[in-house]
Amino acid sequence: MGQITRSEKDSVEKRSSAALDFGAAWEYAPAPEATDHIRIDPKYELFIGGKWRAPRAGKYFQTISPSTEQVLAEVAEAGAEDVDDAVKAARQAYDNVWSKMRGAERAKYIFRISRAIQEKARELAIVESMDGGKPIKESRDVDVPLAAAHFFYHAGWADKLDYAFQGRPHRPLGVAGQIIPWNFPLLMAAWKIAPALACGNTVVLKPAETTPLTALLLAQIIEECELPPGVVNILTGAGATGAAIASHPDVDKIAFTGSTGVGKRIQKSIAGTTKRLTLELGGKAANIVFGDASLDQAVEGIVRGIYFNQGHVCCAGSRLLVEESVHDVIVRKLKDRMMTLRLGDPLDKNTDVGAINSKMQLGKIRELVEAGEQEGAERYSAPVKLPEKGYWFPPTFFTGAGQSCRIAREEIFGPVLTIMTFRTPDEAIEKANNTMYGLSAGIWTDKGSKIFHMATRLKAGVIWGNTYNKFDPSSPFGGYKESGFGREGGRQGLLAYTDVE
Amino acid sequence: MEGKKKTQEAERTSDRPSVTGDAPMTRGESRGKAKARLRVAKAYKMYVGGAFVRSESGRYFQVESAKGHADADADVVNVPRGSRKDVRDAVLAAKNALGGWEKRTPFNRGQILYRLAEVMESRRAELVESIARAGGALEDAEREVEAAIDRAVYYAGWADKVSGVVASHNPVSGPHFGFSLPEPMGVVCVLAPERPSLLGLLSTTLPVITGGNTCVALASAEDPRTAIVFSECLATSDLPGGVLNVLTGHADELAPVMAKHREVIAIDAWLVDADLRAKVQAEGADNVKRVKVRVPMDPDSWLDERRGQGLSWIERHLETKTVWHPMGV
Repeated sequence: MGQITRSEKDSVEKRSSAALDFGAAWEYAPAPEATDHIRIDPKYELFIGGKWRAPRAGKYFQTISPSTEQVLAEVAEAGAEDVDDAVKAARQAYDNVWSKMRGAERAKYIFRISRAIQEKARELAIVESMDGGKPIKESRDVDVPLAAAHFFYHAGWADKLDYAFQGRPHRPLGVAGQIIPWNFPLLMAAWKIAPALACGNTVVLKPAETTPLTALLLAQIIEECELPPGVVNILTGAGATGAAIASHPDVDKIAFTGSTGVGKRIQKSIAGTTKRLTLELGGKAANIVFGDASLDQAVEGIVRGIYFNQGHVCCAGSRLLVEESVHDVIVRKLKDRMMTLRLGDPLDKNTDVGAINSKMQLGKIRELVEAGEQEGAERYSAPVKLPEKGYWFPPTFFTGAGQSCRIAREEIFGPVLTIMTFRTPDEAIEKANNTMYGLSAGIWTDKGSKIFHMATRLKAGVIWGNTYNKFDPSSPFGGYKESGFGREGGRQGLLAYTDVE
Repeated sequence: MEGKKKTQEAERTSDRPSVTGDAPMTRGESRGKAKARLRVAKAYKMYVGGAFVRSESGRYFQVESAKGHADADADVVNVPRGSRKDVRDAVLAAKNALGGWEKRTPFNRGQILYRLAEVMESRRAELVESIARAGGALEDAEREVEAAIDRAVYYAGWADKVSGVVASHNPVSGPHFGFSLPEPMGVVCVLAPERPSLLGLLSTTLPVITGGNTCVALASAEDPRTAIVFSECLATSDLPGGVLNVLTGHADELAPVMAKHREVIAIDAWLVDADLRAKVQAEGADNVKRVKVRVPMDPDSWLDERRGQGLSWIERHLETKTVWHPMGV
């Protein structure tokens, strides 16, 4: 029986391959982004109080390119004393300068940062792709433009906060400690720094240890924009540095984006203090496809939902819920589409899927995929050739997984999709909401009323109807349930950095 | 603690203003005249799922009255000492009520809250008496009840306006229509301040249910009786059972239970004890609960319309849901 199924599957695959067989037309010449104009320093210090300073303990760590495993630079590891210095600098800048400055003046500084990001956009995109492994077309067309847009958007709020809170009295929180992840390094720095500054706070920010470079370039931009010293401090380091920021007694607010596990630890660690907290944590989003959807568009959305940024996206559409009647056709179309995905050099302009961010993350993905196979789900991986150097994982999906499987419950944070089916809208909602997470969801249908029916019932902070993975600084982003609390972007996002009566 | 229920002669003479509390029991009785009739004292119960219940644990604690009260109760009354299981039952009731309550139109929620104000107004004297019985000056009690009724009216008026004020259209860069709407979070637990017992309970719970959440509240342990009289207002308003559940008991015992409960999405805790506040914060992290712990305000602040009420009180227990859709033909 199994034999027959397999041979049937093979013939379907051959058919679909044949349908896509354009021979050598698939072979693209390499189109690498030029890197000769990029200068990465051999060594980066800490940016504290407007100055570049060596870490007090003199410790450094290496940041490597996950696509080549080559060392890109040595980066300072901030210890507790460095954190203390940075918080002091931020406090002084807050007390003496930033909290006293007119909103209109703060705005102009933030506008400057936005402009400078645009001026250095290509450089930032290239370094982002080198340090993090994401395809250049994503860093160039998504991460960097959105980062500039976030600063531009929030700059405009700085002198208009009275309008944001319906006339309620409001004040900044003080010193914000911000800890960001490695999946969108520059963009997450922008999401954190821009609203904090606009609302009148000062910042101590720690980028992730595997992707520190663009945050350091941003620190250079901030320096060049002549932001008053101490308003933004950038500390590189790993978990211990983040913990030192979160536990520093003179930090008024913690903003964290990362895993739910670490988010819970941070929340627990600040118990007994008056620190404010916002958390943007993990997700296991349902991407729901109804039979009446435009299936080809849905397939595009599925691919964008899970393979964008190698699936290193907290709101990735990692659980595909397909109406049973169209399951087989969706799977076939998805396979066809996956045949066309190009995996490889992140700096190649034709690359769709880049490198997995780190060896550790690759290990986690492999572990969960193995668990999926062991639990009896059927695996399909796109037939891509993985480069020999670097960390790679082929775009993959599972069918036949139960809701209780680990691959259907745990955040994989990689290019791995779990496909399940449903028969009625109620069943789709039940399955979609059957998770501790609640960050995002997708709905694909041609019926408008069904989108609103679903959207109101899905317990998720961002709902994409007939689209997926769209972001904008004017659009509040953040989760329900264990995906965290607080919003980033939009008027609502200002509440994360303001005390409103 | 001496657990024996104190029985007492219920006949009293009083020069106090007329009290309509326990109205069904005392109706027809003429005031200021000793009567040979034994009055009927009330058994105080918690309000869970629209029903008045004792603690499943069978435990109670005693609350003393100020002397010279005019009602039928004994000077010391027994109040249920809610247990962990009672919290669970109440959370379940709140969870079961959530779907119906959040689906009500905001206009309807507003009408129900206004109905609550109407019922409270008609039981005004009973509420005043209850607060005074717990040791407050009569004038203060009157002020508190008036403010509490007005607070119910205030939130009744908010119900169908919150969304219009905090929702947004998001002018995204691209051919998409995007908007963000407030939504209820789910089941919210409230640890009400000890004082003011009525106004504190209303001020902390009404904004929660105004936004479409359902609520489990632990009433003041100093004056749980007023919370129960207030629950009788809830029961006779049109508020569906389970939307607002009122427990009595000890915060140090129940606050960590509420904080730990995984079906509770948010907790608003007004606690004097700093260790207990920290404990609530720590336990709440288990399911990324939206925890807000506060040192209770002084009683006058609750009366202050600027400090004791506002949109922020509602907004704190709302999620923002952002929806995107492409525009095109």
